[in-house]
Amino acid sequence: MSQPIVPQKTYVMVFLGLIGLTILTTGVAFIDLGPFNTVAALAIAFSKMLLVVLFFMGVRHSSGLVRIILVAGFFWLALLIAFTMSDYRTRSWTPAPDSWSSSAPPTHP
Amino acid sequence: MTDAEAHAQHAGLAHQFEDLDQQQDADALGIWLFLVTEIMFFGGLFASYAIYRWLYFPAFQGGSHILDIRLGAANTIILLGSSLTMVLSVRSAQVGNRRALILFLVATMILGGIFLGVKAYEYNQKFVEHVVPSLDWAPEGQTLARLAPGGLEHAQMYFVFYFAMTGLHAIHMIIGMGLLLWLVFRARKNDFTPHYFAPVEVVGLYWHFVDIVWIFLFPLLYLIGGRY
Repeated sequence: MSQPIVPQKTYVMVFLGLIGLTILTTGVAFIDLGPFNTVAALAIAFSKMLLVVLFFMGVRHSSGLVRIILVAGFFWLALLIAFTMSDYRTRSWTPAPDSWSSSAPPTHP
Repeated sequence: MTDAEAHAQHAGLAHQFEDLDQQQDADALGIWLFLVTEIMFFGGLFASYAIYRWLYFPAFQGGSHILDIRLGAANTIILLGSSLTMVLSVRSAQVGNRRALILFLVATMILGGIFLGVKAYEYNQKFVEHVVPSLDWAPEGQTLARLAPGGLEHAQMYFVFYFAMTGLHAIHMIIGMGLLLWLVFRARKNDFTPHYFAPVEVVGLYWHFVDIVWIFLFPLLYLIGGRY
């Protein structure tokens, strides 16, 4: 399956979109949104990633096999972060027995 | 067309493949598998970053505010520009425009070089401000002085992540620039045709991946907790 030739204009438009999102994410950092600053920053980064993956990396036109591999990669990354965070976040819920205290894991300050 | 004819016609077709389409699919699959291992490679750093950012949030915010947001944003735009020239060089190879291919490859290398130059300047600034963990750690300014007791040690952790993540990213950029140089030499030898340009495509995918890593590093390192 050969890749179709995409017009240059499409790539330039995607690039301009990426620049716009970069300016947006920098601008949003100067507005106080509380915890939503992080949410906004990550949402914008994720949109930029989608633009690069779909257009520049051509996943729009790639085979199902490539897409499955890509989605599996992100799924594994999500597992890595979700399980690691759920471990650290819940460690302080039940205090460790005294006999363990010498090797107590870090708790939330 | 028989197998032998196909191989005689296309110099770029390796003997284990039946035709160019099959070879191209295999090339794409190979680089995507490699990129997935790269996702997990950087993923370990991102996961540990997430833990420490949560544990030491005020210190991470303080450390983040020491970085120059203008340099970070400018570098993001430079790197996105290099992704544009990269994708345009793949397109030039597709349509068989060798001149444009070489031109865009060189442009990508120049933009990558500017990015690394800015990065080197930023690293130097860290030494000037004495915020290099363990090697040169004696922060002066007010940003970190406001931190609670113990906060300075936590801020050191932020800079450990800063150097580890941007450093690993920079190493990937340097490797990418070496690959681009190799492509320029091959393009000059007229190795690529509209039927065979897989190396350009594969290096392009790698380059875009490195760009995506930076797309996440910029908000995670420079924009913590806002600048208001």
